[in-house]
This record gives sequence, C-alpha cells and structure tokens, in this order.
Amino acid sequence: MNSSVIIFPGSNCDRDIAVALKKFGFKNSMIWHNDDDLPKSDIVVLPGGFSYGDHLRSGSIASKSKIIKSVIKFAKSGGLLIGICNGFQILTETELLPGVLLRNKLSEFICKNVFVKINNTENKYFKKIKKNILELHIAHNEGNYFCSNEQMKKIEDNNQIALSYCDKNGEIDENYNPNGSIKNIAGILNKEKNILGLMPHPERMIEKDLSGDDGSIFFENLIKNLK
Amino acid sequence: MIVNEKIATDHGLKKTEFKEICNMLKRIPNITELGLFSAMWNEHCSYKSSKFYLKKLPTTGKKVIQGPGENAGIIDVDDDDAIVFKIESHNHPSFIEPFQGAATGVGGIMRDVFTMGARPIASLNSIHFGSVQNKKTKNLLRGVVRGIGSYGNCMGIPTIAGQTSFDESYNGNILVNAMTLGLVKKNKIFYSKASGINKPVIYVGSKTGRDGIHGASMASAVFDDQIEEKKPTVQVGDPFTEKLLLEACLELMADDSIISIQDMGAAGLTSSSIEMASKGKLGIELNLNKVPCRESNMTPYEIMLSESQERMLIILENGKENKAKKIFDKWNLDFAIIGKTTSTKKIEIYFDESRVVDVPIKYLADDAPEYERKWEKTKLPIKNKINKDLYKNLKIPDVLKKILSSPNICSKEWIWRQYDHTVMGDTIQKPGGDAGVVRVHGTNKAIAASVDSSAGYCFAHPLTGGKQIVCESWRNMISVGAKPIAITNCLNFGNPEKEKNMGEFVECLQGISDACKFLNYPIVSGNVSFYNETKNKGIKPTPSIGGVGLIKDYKKMINMKLKKNGNLILLIGKTEGHIDQSVFAKEILNQKKGPPPEINLFNEKNNGETLLKLINEKFIKSAHDVSAGGILVAIVKMCISGNKGININNPKNLINYYEYFFGEDQGRYLLEIEKKDLEKVKTILEKNSVYFNEFGIVQDDILEMKGKLKITIDELTRSNKNWLKEYMSN
Repeated sequence: MNSSVIIFPGSNCDRDIAVALKKFGFKNSMIWHNDDDLPKSDIVVLPGGFSYGDHLRSGSIASKSKIIKSVIKFAKSGGLLIGICNGFQILTETELLPGVLLRNKLSEFICKNVFVKINNTENKYFKKIKKNILELHIAHNEGNYFCSNEQMKKIEDNNQIALSYCDKNGEIDENYNPNGSIKNIAGILNKEKNILGLMPHPERMIEKDLSGDDGSIFFENLIKNLK
Repeated sequence: MIVNEKIATDHGLKKTEFKEICNMLKRIPNITELGLFSAMWNEHCSYKSSKFYLKKLPTTGKKVIQGPGENAGIIDVDDDDAIVFKIESHNHPSFIEPFQGAATGVGGIMRDVFTMGARPIASLNSIHFGSVQNKKTKNLLRGVVRGIGSYGNCMGIPTIAGQTSFDESYNGNILVNAMTLGLVKKNKIFYSKASGINKPVIYVGSKTGRDGIHGASMASAVFDDQIEEKKPTVQVGDPFTEKLLLEACLELMADDSIISIQDMGAAGLTSSSIEMASKGKLGIELNLNKVPCRESNMTPYEIMLSESQERMLIILENGKENKAKKIFDKWNLDFAIIGKTTSTKKIEIYFDESRVVDVPIKYLADDAPEYERKWEKTKLPIKNKINKDLYKNLKIPDVLKKILSSPNICSKEWIWRQYDHTVMGDTIQKPGGDAGVVRVHGTNKAIAASVDSSAGYCFAHPLTGGKQIVCESWRNMISVGAKPIAITNCLNFGNPEKEKNMGEFVECLQGISDACKFLNYPIVSGNVSFYNETKNKGIKPTPSIGGVGLIKDYKKMINMKLKKNGNLILLIGKTEGHIDQSVFAKEILNQKKGPPPEINLFNEKNNGETLLKLINEKFIKSAHDVSAGGILVAIVKMCISGNKGININNPKNLINYYEYFFGEDQGRYLLEIEKKDLEKVKTILEKNSVYFNEFGIVQDDILEMKGKLKITIDELTRSNKNWLKEYMSN
C-alpha cells in the first residue's frame, strides 16, 4: 500500500504520521507543497501542524497551495484522504468537508488524551474495527467544530459524523467535550465517506510507552481494509 | 551626533568604561560604535560581574563534548549521538510584555540549539511569579504560558517538563527561563568560530526591523516606574519563520557548506558578527546596505542593534553561495551576502559607501571589563525555635490538603495542558513527573530532563541552597531511572552592585560548584541574569538548574505512578524532621526563619547510585524523590498519579508527626517494590550502607495511618488539581 504525506511550510506532525504509516505497512512518500503532482497513492494524508503559520486562518493558505489541486482531484475521484488536526482544518477550508473549526471554547491550547466513539463503520476507515471507543490524543487551539443547521442536517442525514468525544464508556455528553465542538464532533466524513477529517492524533498513540496505543487499532484496521 | 559622556551613560556604560573606550580608540567613538560597545560591554553579553566566578565551575568530564562558551553545551549520549542543550532567561522582556517576552525566550533558546546542527527534541521552562494576591500575577502567568505554548507548539517541539513558583519577591520582576535540548550526530556539530579569510558572511532568516533595539542593555539594568515605556525594546516572535529557519538550516547543514554559524540573539548582528570573528581571531567586514530590512531608512546604529528574531549569520565556504541560496529560497527566507571575513582583526562596517565603524574586535570582546565585585557572606541562620503549641490544634488531613492546594505545591496541569508535550511521538514521560523523558528517535535510548530551583533555601543560606538544587536535579534524574550526565544553569539574581546580592550569587555558585564536582555532574552551558530588581527590591536568589540524564534502555524507565496493591513502599534516606524553610513552616505556621535542610553530598551520591542499581535490576516499580512538602506530599503525589492508596506504617521512635510528615530532610526517595523482592532489595541497600525504612503498603483508594489519618485519594486529588484551574478562571 502506498501513502503520501503532504508537507506544507509549518507542518510539524509530518514525521510522526510517516513513522506510523510505515510501522503499519505503508510505503510512504513525503510530498512538498509546491509540487504539482501526487505519486500513485492508496491514501493521502494532510498532517498536523501550523501550515503557513496559521496566517489568515488555520488551513486557509494551505487550501490554496499548489499541491492541493492534485489532492482535490485525487479525493474527488474516490481516493482516500485523511486530514488530521491542521489537516482537518485544511479540509474544511478547501470545502472538501463541511463546517469550520473555531477557537477552542476556553481559548486555550489543549493537549491531552480523550475518548472518541466511532459513529459510522460503513467506510474504509472504520469498517470491522475491533473497538468502537478509542482513546486518542488531542493537541490543538482550534478544534471547536461548527456548522450551520442546514449543514448539520445534511451531515446527519448522510451519517457523516465519524467520531464524537465521549467518556471511556462511550457516553457522549458536554462534560467530555474538550473544545466546545457542536454535538461533540471530533471527526467527520464527506458524503461519499472517502475523506476523513479528525482533530485527534492517532499517530501519537501507536505504542504503550507513548500516551497509549489505540492509534494502532486505527492504522491496523485501515491497512486491512485497503488490502 | 557627537558622542559625549552623557550619551555614553544613557547607553548604560559607566563613566570609567566610556573613558576606557576613548583611551583604547585614541578618539571618541561615533554613535554606531558607541552602540556596539554598549551592547558588547553590558552585563548580559560581557558577563563582567560573573565571569571571574563562572571560570571556577566544573565544566569538564568524560561525557562533555562542549562546555560553556558556545551557543549551547554538548554531551555524549553513546553511539554517534550527542545532546545539545542550554537554559536561558528572558525575564525583563516577559515582565513588560509577557506573551512576546516568553515566546521569544523560547525561540531564542531553540535557535541556540539548532545553530549547532541539532534538531530540537524537547523544551522545558522554569517560571516564577509574584504572590498570588498580587494583581498582576494572573495576567503575567496567563501571558507567559500562552507565549511559551504558542512558540513551542507551533515549532512542533514537545514541552516535557517545567517548574512554576510564586513568591512576593517576584512581584516586580518575574522570571522566565527556557531550556531546549537537541539531538545531533557527533560528527555533524557546528560551531560559531569563524575560520578562513575572504569567506562570505551570509544573513538568513527574517528581515531586520526596529524591534528589540537595546534589549540586551535593558536586561542589564534595574526596573523603575517607567518600565511600560520600555515596551518597544521587547522583540516580537514569529515561530512560523523559526520553523522554516530550522528546516532550512538543517538542510544546509547536511553537507559541508557551512564554516561557522551563529544565531542573532541578544545584541543581534553586533554580538553575532563580533563573536564569530573574535573566536576565529579574524576581522569582519559588513555592508549594511545589503541587510534585508523590514522598515525603510534604518540607520547603521539601528541595524546593528536590532534584536529582530529568527535571524542567523553564517560564514560559508566560497562557491557554496548559490546552493545555499536555493535552500533558503525554497523555504521562503531572506538570504543576503552582507560581508566577508578579513585578516584585519577589526570590525569594519560600511553604509552608503562610507565606513561607519572601524574598531579592533579585541576592544569589543576580550577587553570588555571584568569586575571582581565586593560581596557579603550570608551566615547560616540559627535554628528557629518554633513553639510546638503552634502545632497542637492542627489536624494532619487539613494541613495536608492545605499544602497540596498551596500555590507552590499544587498541580500545574493548567499550565502544561497548554503545551504540546507529545508531538514528535517520542515523549514517554509527560510533565507532572520527576523529569520529562523523550526517546532518542529510532533507538532504545531515552533522555531525561528536569528543571529545578529552590529560591527559599537559597535566600536563607545561598551556599546550602546552591548545593540543594543540584542534588534535587540529580534525584529527579535517578527517580526516572536516568544516569545524570550534566547540567545547564540559569543564574537569576538581583543587583550585583549590591554586596548582599553579589554575595548570594557567589555563594550559590559555590554550592552549585561543590555539588556538581562531588556528583560528577558538570555544567556545560548557562546564562546569568542580574539586575532582577524593581524599585530597589531584588528577587530572592533563584538559580535554575536544568539537568539531563541518559536512560540506556527506555523500557527500564521509572515513573511515580503506584502500580499494584500489596506492593511495599520503602523510604530511602534519614528523616530527622527539618521544619525550617519547609512548606509546612511557611504556609501553615507562617514561620520564615531558620536554615534550609542540610545537604550531605556523600549520602546523595550513594543513595542515588544504589537506586540506579536497583532500577537496573528491575526491582523498582515506581519511585519519587522527596522534596518540597516532605514525605506525605511525596507519597500523595505517587497515589494521585497511580490512582492508588497507601497504608502507612506507624514510624518507630517518632518525635513528632508533623516533623516526620512535613520535614524536608534531603537525600530521600520513596520506592515501590514487590513484596517478594524485599529481601534482595534489603541486601543491596544494606551492602551499600543506604539508610531505609519500610514506609507502607499500596492499597486501593485510601491514604491512611492507623489512628492518625484516613482520607480518600479522590479528595486529595481534588485539593491538588483544582486550585490553579480555579485561580486562573476567576
């Protein structure tokens, strides 16, 4: 399986995601934002970080970068595309995913473990995943997901909510919402379910010695579904 | 403008120093030259009050690759790997403008590390604020934490540990000390020493603006009522540019284009160009019309003294200019050839085709003044005879909760939650433990780092306080299973022109030096921050010690989380019940007199080394050193961390419960072992003459001691974790 990770100036989780992809069996390429073309990929990842210094708005300048045209083309033709953290922000800025990511409710950067519940397993990312509650890690300033009522209706009608913040038993409640996201949303899919945007970092959770290893479950499942 | 004595003293130079400059030059310097002298001869850059004493510190050792004098110190961590690290202060700017002051402090120390070819892998900080009642404290704390977070998070470098304290002596002068560690291959280290004549001098990074002019001079003066007017002297940071600069520099460093490289920190282009030439015993010629400027009509004086951030000066091999330019173009950074090295041993600066500076480098660097200032010895205070009646009505659970929720002991989670501590995917011990630990990427090794200071002890008796911090740093390394390798120090003191403050400096340094020598824990880098004084009121002496240790097999790392019911807790080291200068004495009894606890260096070394043996043999399940607050606070932190309780044995030959529980005797640790290993562990401890007691047994949920104490861990956790969060949200 081939993966491509896009590096924008200011990306800083590019190495981390590359390490994770390789660990679980992907042959990964690092792609520079100023390139025109993507290599042949089974999955493309927009990594976390502060692309273009978060200038203007998080993800906004990256959404107009040179490589992004090829990324959009790839995704529109059904290719798997994940945006993690800043990558998620880029996906909403390109309008490949609906909604926006606002400043966290308390206006503070948050770095901690959270639990998320998987709401939709009818897609390549979560199909047959062995746990439906994962402990993942968040580290962001702008993860407060928001959309219009109209957009929310479509999101729900199409079953596009991928992950919701919850407690360890899967209860979804405002108490377990770290950043103020509408309906505790931690990640969403596009209508066709080939594009996934999520705030948590599964790549930081791939070994017991780190913050935990539920990220491994995600990656193992993903590559199995792709084979 | 014709320079005169008044202008010179306005630049922070003493009258005698100005006279000396005129004598050396055999003329009066012009204004740009005066600016150069004031920048190079101020306390911050010249170390004129401290140099004499710094020379006496132990700075060498088998593992030391580079000691003080370079951008940062370097230690050998086996194989081809080395760790580059340093701590630096950004106190004055952070008090004036907390967000930018703290942010640029982080940016500056990161540049010091990657200038040497190392990729930063972890950051730490030691931050000190005024009393929590002081109305400025909250805003300063919020601003500093945001500043540190914004810079470190954007750079993608995990902030893995730190220390925060509150004391009224910082009301008018907060301290912000930032430390960064980087990883480099031993054969790819870059230094600042220039070599070769006619080599191009390259300017890279951000453009030069008017920000930060005279920042280093500000850092060398005391504050008065008009500090707000000094806002323009605070630099503005841009972590995004720094991230690009980091990547671009590391890319260029992959081959051998660079002869030497130096970041433009304090005193900007002035100190970087002069230091590079001075170390290489060369001259340097600069054309300031070539310097990329952000603002128009900048004068040579402004260009030379600007402290705009995210800039580097590089001396390149001839013929490598185009290759280097390509890399900086790729990362969208300015690149300009602004001069060359010469054989004149002078700094010659041209602007609009005329020579505006012509001064021998030696005058600015080597000939900077050095003072052996007068200092006053601090006598060891006599023991405070605390009236035992003061204890009588105190209930231990109440005292414990009060201490756990006191500003200096409470959990600092509100702070470190705002720092990305997991980026780079190698953090195996997060903030809140004895030390932060990151793996050396792709290996079985890990690096532990912590930062410590004990201003209360140092104030009471600087000599003992100095020793104590080094020992505490050493204990923090041991407690996570790391072999302590070396330290960096940030020496925050008051006004060196006052004998009392100078004495605190001299004696703290003596204590640090004694402990470092004995423990074979050399000092490889550091920085001195004097003049932490506002309106004639100085801070308590606050040396911060950044310790670094190596764990050869990261699977053997220890943390403080209690692991399993039925496991035994051993208390290592003797408990005498030293109450003077303890948190108990200050917070509960309001007693501030008396000496700090004594340090026994032999016991420290012996206890620590024996513990490392036990850890290596995998006997230790968790460990924590006993520091501020005493044993009860230490065990509760282990309980909270592991979400377990403990049943404490009734101590034999007890004088007094309060002294037993809250005394701050040094050289102690709490260890968790399995019952089955007790005899083997005992044998090793006895063989090494380590004093120990069986302290208690791990159990569920409750901290108890028969007939004396029973309290749930939940309740203690709330006391410990909520205070700061609530304080900051009010």
